[in-house]
Amino acid sequence: MSLSLFALQLLNGVEQGLLLFLVASGLTLVFGVLGVLNFAHGSFYMLGAYVAVWLAARTGSLFFAILLGLPVMLLLGLLVERFAIARLYSRDHLSQVLFTYGLLLLFNELQRALFGNDVQGIATPAALAFRIPLGETQTWPAYRVFTAAACIAVAFGLRQVILHTRFGMRVRAGASNAEMVEALGIDVRRLFAKLFSAGVGLAALAGMLAVPLTTAYPGMGESVLVLSFVVVVIGGIGSIKGAFAGAMLVGLADTFGKVLFPSVASAIVYAVMALVLLVRPRGLFGARLEAR
Amino acid sequence: MPRSRTVLSRRALLGAGSLAAAAALLPRRTFGASKAKIRVGLLLPYSGTYAALGTNITDAMKLAAREHGDKLGGREIEWVAVDDESDPAKAPANTNKLIVGEKVDVLTGPVHSGVAMAMMQIVRQEKTLTLVTNAGAQAVTGKLCAPHVFRTSFSNWQTSYPCAEVMLKAGHKKAVLLFWNYSFGQESMAAFKEGYAKGGGTIVKEIAVPFPNTEFQAHLSEIASLKPDAVFVFFAGAGAAKLVKDYADAGLSNKIPLYGSGFLTEGVLAAQGAAAEGIKTTLHYAESLDTPANKRFRAAFKKATSREADVYAVAGYDTVNLLAHALDKVKGDTSAQKELIAALESARIESPRGPFRFSRAHNPIQDIYLREVRGGQQKVLGVALKDAEDPAEGCALGK
Repeated sequence: MSLSLFALQLLNGVEQGLLLFLVASGLTLVFGVLGVLNFAHGSFYMLGAYVAVWLAARTGSLFFAILLGLPVMLLLGLLVERFAIARLYSRDHLSQVLFTYGLLLLFNELQRALFGNDVQGIATPAALAFRIPLGETQTWPAYRVFTAAACIAVAFGLRQVILHTRFGMRVRAGASNAEMVEALGIDVRRLFAKLFSAGVGLAALAGMLAVPLTTAYPGMGESVLVLSFVVVVIGGIGSIKGAFAGAMLVGLADTFGKVLFPSVASAIVYAVMALVLLVRPRGLFGARLEAR
Repeated sequence: MPRSRTVLSRRALLGAGSLAAAAALLPRRTFGASKAKIRVGLLLPYSGTYAALGTNITDAMKLAAREHGDKLGGREIEWVAVDDESDPAKAPANTNKLIVGEKVDVLTGPVHSGVAMAMMQIVRQEKTLTLVTNAGAQAVTGKLCAPHVFRTSFSNWQTSYPCAEVMLKAGHKKAVLLFWNYSFGQESMAAFKEGYAKGGGTIVKEIAVPFPNTEFQAHLSEIASLKPDAVFVFFAGAGAAKLVKDYADAGLSNKIPLYGSGFLTEGVLAAQGAAAEGIKTTLHYAESLDTPANKRFRAAFKKATSREADVYAVAGYDTVNLLAHALDKVKGDTSAQKELIAALESARIESPRGPFRFSRAHNPIQDIYLREVRGGQQKVLGVALKDAEDPAEGCALGK
């Protein structure tokens, strides 16, 4: 592999990882703090994509589609938490998995009924439709640069919120010891509802940002869900920093795996996960697991 | 004794009941073949990824039936549909449900090749007259071919082999192959390689993408560095939509032309948008075919369903037209299977795709068109391979 091709593949891997981070960050927060294994998390990514296509077709702009669609998805997150997830906190993981898997099927049926089974796409926003030359033959579409930048911005924003706001402090406290937080007089139910809604929002935002690149299609949620779980497990449950590191690792492993070991490419990501778990059973940044 | 009498009468009642049940089942077989309804089984997907395809095939079949007065060989039609969910694991049970449970006279379907393989195992034993309406697996009219099985759609070979010559004629002597690594993709690539090697082309690299992975960036960077003359791909549905967009976004489409079998752009042209412009594909049908039969069919389908007809609908439409032709010959007597098969073998129908006839292995011998996407439409550039006949490897029929 020449140096320029290596650099290109590095770029591809980082870019893939950034979008994965956006989805996985919501999953790891919900799993880490609420203790809920949410199998329907990928469905919110899928719904985000379909909602963005639907709204973009009507408003004529992806920007407006995200502006209108994101609050809708946040509200959906609140409703799902209030009427469904809130009842699962005291249950074991098996009933959570069964229930959220049911939700996943429900959302898939909903998608079929509302949007149909056709593959739906939208054009990249005109302002970002230009391409940046990379090497001799390849170009990098500006929209990919934009999504990567947006993902980095969200990652940075999340870090600020988690580390420097009261909400973030409570979230961190909740991740370590929810009972104690409750004992200190903090309304854990409201905290959990907000957090779940934020998780849904992150997944939906990822779907909305990705849809000009990926198109919206049935089953898109499941494939992203599996990789997100890998990211969360590698990074350590509940850790945003871990999700970021895990997503980068998965993105790079997948990209270079495809190029260097094409015959076993689909197994490489899982091999990396197994390796990380052998060395660090709680993931890269997951030291707090016992607290739960 | 009163006690034993009640036991006896209960037994008698049971006996009478079972006789009645048996009698209820009998008429279908014993009454004159011309009177009873003809039962046509549909093993098609009505849910899941291929739901739209199953629906289009079904609607086109019913459209053709209506044009024959809803009768086949003078008998009214009774449709028996089963949702195969495109799930090969459920295919044996679903096929048995239609053949053994519903006792259909004719079986049609499926879309998914995996379902077709499982179905073939059963129809070969039960000897049910079967018309395969989509699944392109080579084995259906190859290794597993049978006298009572016909395919009205295509074989994977037919959709890809002709593209090799098209590319060579355009001066593309070095190609990279990029495909979803499952049977359809593998058979498609094997056929292409056969044609490409024959014409003196070289395959620079084969990139197999695990199904249903749609993350292509790493492969596109690789293709950009390899700089082949052209790329031949197999993807369908969401994978095809994303690949075509990514390929254009990576700036490759105007430097390294993209070719594929027609499924690359079939049904996903709207989602691909401008990225699909200029892509050339080979297939046995194109919406824009300028023939009276095609125009009439497309108008009728649109009127009946308010949707546009596609390549899947064409296969469904032809299936019922072929059945009508054959069953007319035997006056609706489905027990005369030998004559039915002979009638199908000699059938020449005017299909929306153009005229076709069956090969010795019962796969259509048909023209394969070269199509190009222009202005969001599929334009026919010409015939890529005239009277394309699948080699039907491993089939002893008609030999």
